[in-house]
Amino acid sequence: MKVRPHITQNEDLLFEMSSPGKKGYQLPALDVPDVDPLAALGAANVRAEIDGFPEVSEVEVIRHFTRLSTWNYAIDLGLYPLGSCTMKYNPRVNELVARLDGLAWAHPYQPESLSQGAMKIIVQLEDALAEITGMDAVTIEPAAGAHGELTGILLIRALLEKRGNPRKKILIPDSAHGTNPATAAIAGYEVENIRSNEAGGIDLEVLASAMNKDVAGLMVTNPNTLGVFEESIVKAAAIVHAKGGLVFMDGANMNALVGIARPGDFGVDVMHINLHKTFSTPHGGGGPGGGPVAVKKILEPFLPAPRIRRVGKNLKFDYKRPRSIGKVRAFYGNFGVMVRALAYILAHGGEGLRNATVDAVLNANYIRKKLEPYFDLPYKAPNMHEVVFSDDRQAKLGVRTGDIAKRLIDYGFHPYTVSFPLIVHGALMIEPTETESLREIDVFVDSMIAIAKEIETDPQLVLTAPHTTRTSKVDEVTAARKPVVRWRPVAGV
Amino acid sequence: MYPEDLRYTKEHEWVRVEGDTGVIGITHHAQEALGDIVYVDLPKAGTQVERGKSLGSVESVKAVSDIYSPVSGEVTAVNDDLSGAPEKLNADPHGEAWLVKVRLSAPGEVKHLMSASEYETYVGAES
Repeated sequence: MKVRPHITQNEDLLFEMSSPGKKGYQLPALDVPDVDPLAALGAANVRAEIDGFPEVSEVEVIRHFTRLSTWNYAIDLGLYPLGSCTMKYNPRVNELVARLDGLAWAHPYQPESLSQGAMKIIVQLEDALAEITGMDAVTIEPAAGAHGELTGILLIRALLEKRGNPRKKILIPDSAHGTNPATAAIAGYEVENIRSNEAGGIDLEVLASAMNKDVAGLMVTNPNTLGVFEESIVKAAAIVHAKGGLVFMDGANMNALVGIARPGDFGVDVMHINLHKTFSTPHGGGGPGGGPVAVKKILEPFLPAPRIRRVGKNLKFDYKRPRSIGKVRAFYGNFGVMVRALAYILAHGGEGLRNATVDAVLNANYIRKKLEPYFDLPYKAPNMHEVVFSDDRQAKLGVRTGDIAKRLIDYGFHPYTVSFPLIVHGALMIEPTETESLREIDVFVDSMIAIAKEIETDPQLVLTAPHTTRTSKVDEVTAARKPVVRWRPVAGV
Repeated sequence: MYPEDLRYTKEHEWVRVEGDTGVIGITHHAQEALGDIVYVDLPKAGTQVERGKSLGSVESVKAVSDIYSPVSGEVTAVNDDLSGAPEKLNADPHGEAWLVKVRLSAPGEVKHLMSASEYETYVGAES
């Protein structure tokens, strides 16, 4: 009999498995003269031992991390409905292309003559993103979304400084992404919040009264975090432009627009794009990310250096950019991510990208229709790629959005985005993406309906969830108030 | 629920005037909307604060929210107890869990703030 089940819910730390003398490697007998490290390096550079370093065998390490990996939830296991995160499937062909020897092993210090293929990929991706967004130029240097936002706002600052006054404030609607105010503050701007109207869009009167010569620009997320397209974006942009400001668009929700609407056509001067959202490259630990910034001509001179230029038959890195805001990332950004994004764009083509958008919007609206009888929908405007419910009905029975999310784990799904956007009381923000089949979405919808019914018949079951995970409900409040941030051995062992 | 000797803002802060000093805190409604508060970020004594501008922030398990100063002036005292016990803001937001004391530079500002009954009506309409 095995001591524990095949998929174990418990796992010691490597430190606890350690026993002296075990090694995770095997080396052949030394066939060259032995070198005394003390004599070669000096006593100051030689350590006799590393205190507490775990000593384990190769197979123990492999099994340890493989077991840990089974506790994970991933897009490869099922729907990941985290709103505004666009957790779409990462096609394997992208990985195949990114792992081609010539691309995977390209070195940034390789001479330009041997990097022409890699540089062509960068240029092609920039051109594709410029076409998709309707903008004039793209930099793919920024490493992720918030980094792209910061780059974009620094470009606005650079242009306004050149015009003589960087100005003081950035206007941000209350339906924008949470990173936007932080971005503006880091770029040295004060943030002024703009209240949304009842339909969940920008209130043009509020915007007009807030817009003056102290305002550098508007940071707008479109579609916004309610999943609502800003229908008055053209008028909003005109209000900002009339007073000499610029419009930055947070492009995190670009998955709702690709192939349908182009920010460059509706008044946006500068925007960022998340390659790891819209263009299917891995998120987070599976990244790194990519946060390209697309701009109109007026901002092009300020883009980070270097830019790639065609000189005769060859591509060259052009560092002579006197007005550039400077480098924002080592070399030219996260190249592997660019390869994956271009592979995705080329595999789909224009028609395919448009279809992906249509399917993403269809999936979100299908979920809205199916769940509307069970959950309150505070903003009734047509929604795009995501839908935001409120827990108002369930809260009356003592169950909040966070509790519903925990119960959803028992049904085998990653939770949706909880308590965001803040303009919805107890938000449940759901974004299925185009990746999901009708079958997977129906299972999700049925799970949400089952939970809604449980709340009416047996709220305790939901309040104490999750029940099927290795760790039951954790005390998030105490964890945040009195964090324990390192493991310590049990005393006396 | 809302003490008569406090004046209230639309952003859910309160101020109590004691001579030339204003004691500032967040309201019961604010702590309830935020949920369990886990961290409070307050300015140091000597900081100048301005009416309507952020003087710090309060973090709950749900969100981080700015605290907007109801009055202008110089911070003279900070409630240090809150850094070790942010839960006091949930328990006693109008009393023990005051945030900062400010030497009022424009005492007339409090006239623009709501009375207890006005604030109660405002909160009732908002929720």
